[in-house]
Amino acid sequence: MSDSPAVLEHAEHEDRPELRHHFADVEQQRNAASLGMWWFLGTEIMFFGGMFCAYLIYRRWYFPEFAAASRTLDLKVGTFNTVVLICSSLTVAMSVRAAQLGKHKQQVRLLFWTLVFGLSFLGIKTYEWGNKYKEHHIPTFDYNVISGEGNIVKGNEALLGIDEVQNDPVKLRQRQEEIQQHTKIFYSLYFALTGMHAIHMIVGVGIFIVILWMAHKGRFTPEYHTPLEIAGLYWHFVDIVWIYLFPLLYLIDRRPGA
Amino acid sequence: MSEHSEHIVPARLYILIWAILIVCTVLTAWVATVDLGKFNTVVALGIATFKASVVVLIFMHVKYTSEKMTKAILLAAVFWLLLLLVLSLTDYSSRPQGLLVPSSSDLVRMV
Amino acid sequence: MEIPNSGERKNYLNAEYGIRSWLFTTDHKRIAMLYLLSITLFFFIGGFAALLIRLELLTPGGDLLTADAYNKAFTTHGQIMVFFFLIPSIPAVLGNFLIPMMVGAKDLAFPRINLISWYIYIAAGILYIHCLVTGGVDTGWTFYPTFSTEFSNTKVIEAGLAIFISGFSSILTGLNFVVTVHRMRAPGLTWSRLPLFVWSHYATSIIMLLGTPVIAITLVLVVLERALNLGIFDPTRGGDPVLFQHLFWFYSHPAVYIMILPSMAVISEIVPCFSRKRVFGYSFVAISSIAIAAIGFLVWAHHMFVAGISLYSAIVFSFLSFLVAVPSAVKIFNWTATMYKGSVSFATPMLYAFGFIGLFTIGGLTGLFLATLGTDVHLHDTYFVIAHFHYVMVGGAIMGYLGGIHFWWPKISGRMYPEAWGRLAALIVFIGFNLTFFPQFILGYLGMPRRYWQYPPEYQVLNVLSTAGATILAVGYLLPLVYLLWSLRYGAPAEDNPWKATGLEWTTSSPPPTFNFDETPVVTEEAYAYDKMPLPEEVTLER
Repeated sequence: MSDSPAVLEHAEHEDRPELRHHFADVEQQRNAASLGMWWFLGTEIMFFGGMFCAYLIYRRWYFPEFAAASRTLDLKVGTFNTVVLICSSLTVAMSVRAAQLGKHKQQVRLLFWTLVFGLSFLGIKTYEWGNKYKEHHIPTFDYNVISGEGNIVKGNEALLGIDEVQNDPVKLRQRQEEIQQHTKIFYSLYFALTGMHAIHMIVGVGIFIVILWMAHKGRFTPEYHTPLEIAGLYWHFVDIVWIYLFPLLYLIDRRPGA
Repeated sequence: MSEHSEHIVPARLYILIWAILIVCTVLTAWVATVDLGKFNTVVALGIATFKASVVVLIFMHVKYTSEKMTKAILLAAVFWLLLLLVLSLTDYSSRPQGLLVPSSSDLVRMV
Repeated sequence: MEIPNSGERKNYLNAEYGIRSWLFTTDHKRIAMLYLLSITLFFFIGGFAALLIRLELLTPGGDLLTADAYNKAFTTHGQIMVFFFLIPSIPAVLGNFLIPMMVGAKDLAFPRINLISWYIYIAAGILYIHCLVTGGVDTGWTFYPTFSTEFSNTKVIEAGLAIFISGFSSILTGLNFVVTVHRMRAPGLTWSRLPLFVWSHYATSIIMLLGTPVIAITLVLVVLERALNLGIFDPTRGGDPVLFQHLFWFYSHPAVYIMILPSMAVISEIVPCFSRKRVFGYSFVAISSIAIAAIGFLVWAHHMFVAGISLYSAIVFSFLSFLVAVPSAVKIFNWTATMYKGSVSFATPMLYAFGFIGLFTIGGLTGLFLATLGTDVHLHDTYFVIAHFHYVMVGGAIMGYLGGIHFWWPKISGRMYPEAWGRLAALIVFIGFNLTFFPQFILGYLGMPRRYWQYPPEYQVLNVLSTAGATILAVGYLLPLVYLLWSLRYGAPAEDNPWKATGLEWTTSSPPPTFNFDETPVVTEEAYAYDKMPLPEEVTLER
């Protein structure tokens, strides 16, 4: 494995105030920070992974209900939000590049846009959740998918097997109860997944506010921009989580008239 | 990423990747509306994996790093996640009722 | 906090005084001491819960505690011992203290994150204690739904959150170790020259990093389920309680390897030193640590054989569970072979190592009984399981911990502990331990279930023996607390390398200076070069 051994070079510690005392040189510090962040992202894969496991099992079990519930998510808004997040990844990558090239103003501008895109994503998400609330699709808060504004049976009778039991009131009631329960599992996982993702976005926004301030103060140079780099890695990871959440939550079954 | 001389990715490449990601996003949303039967899921996850790979390789610089640990960590974490998913699935899929859960009324009758 | 030390030289203990210099330190050695104090406190709280259990079980009837209180007692004992004692113990105390020195570095890769990990642990601990004093939790340490999510009337959410928070402490510790071992080794220190202590902690850290996040998310789901009445684990509402068990055990089985690997790390250092011989089969022992970590992730459903998983799945997990015993057996064999034709002496650390080897072997072999489907059906949820895991966790992990504390005590404190008391305490621990837990194998085989606060009278004799053993064990644990503290003031000053052990940590002063080494060491030979080391002076019994 390519690891750099530690050799004491006192002079470099005096030149570079950002070099911490237990590291021999800036290169070692940067390698350590990068390795640390990659490992942290590895733990995050396992963290989200637990929820993906739950999702996977229940989607196989309750595919019709999951599909019907998925259709209540606004496809256009979801797609647009995905695009917003991808734009933020571009601006982050470009701002690291600007730091590598010593372009101070560009760095700051791109970081600013990253924050704009990030906050827009969160704003749009809030709007989506607001809709879910109005439609009574949030578990615990007057949850109801059988009747009222949040009725998802209408239009999905074939998918949900309602048409088969239409004429038998007992079986119909039973099936409706199951649909209530199984779609509730979808929405529970939807809010758990997107909620956890949003928490990570908020943390990311917080980190980037600090990074933006540091960039504004001129702390990042072509020789030293490690905090920006590793914050960028975190941001891209949060983007990747969404890249998977989008098809898994929004695109379960969008075939017209199934 | 830890190279002694940092590799600077050309702006054009970043923008190209961005465009590819946008196209893939629109594509995946559109393909979901086309009936491909069982393959809808495969295609959706395939496109997502392609997008993720491209972000990892270019935006996160994994393509340009000489650091073997980065790739090792990534592969290890993904592999471990697959372990969790696959081994749990082997339980669920080899149960008598398979992956289809009987309705709760059936369960009551079975007990 | 002033601790008197052996020499006039500046070392990490006397470099700065005052509580602020400790609470805001980034010195890995001071942070290790902060952890030592906190985990010792939790050990005695968890031990108190054990005392309640064993007192209750003296008689067949439920006379000391109510049934609910008994449930809280064993839940508290389990959760504190697992999450607040065993998982941090060796890594956060000995690992933090020694790993930078063993690799020839001035500190860990991320000293501030190290300090933050301690604060996170303390925050989690305070939350858990608050949970205890405001009602406690009675779900069993395993939090199984639907009892934990719907029917328990205790503070499940608070306990779950406390353990969730403590997980981050674990993750950050593991992160620090992995990056330190990769990036901060001294010149000449290749992987094949690393002390086995470092190899084992590296493997432990991988488990911490890949496993802990899964229990974190599982606890989040339990908290959400309970708070919002969701139903994802409720079978009457389409949920699956077995899913919780899959997610819970995916971490909690590897967690037992988090608890044992660091202990094995300690044994790997003690045995060659007190045999004056290189470790037999160094590479096998190193690789076996990695193998235990890897295979340990593949066996979790052996906790669920009777939970309703498919038979075919159970067969697969049973086979894999047999496989995981192999690397552990490799270590036992290699340590024993190290002693063969060595010059073996019986100082306190070595007594603990002997205890470990014998007791861990028993614990490990009884694990195979449980991995066998046919016998597990009868033994699951009986005292056999309890005896099995206490043999590995207490007879194994804790003996390793105590052996390590004694072995490195001169380095940590600059003082020698009184050897006679050390040996006496080790003997008392060994006797007390076996008297406590061996009867439990028999109880389990005879059918006594675990977590029961009443039992049929025919089980009483064995239970009384067990409680008697627990009292002796308690004395054995209290003794080191007393004489180690005593030694801080009255113990003989320790030289740099009282055991004449190999390893970079022994090349610095006892206690070490704040930055560990005056000059970065350069490593030119294998670990455990005991053929080149002089023999230590006869270890005499003082006082």
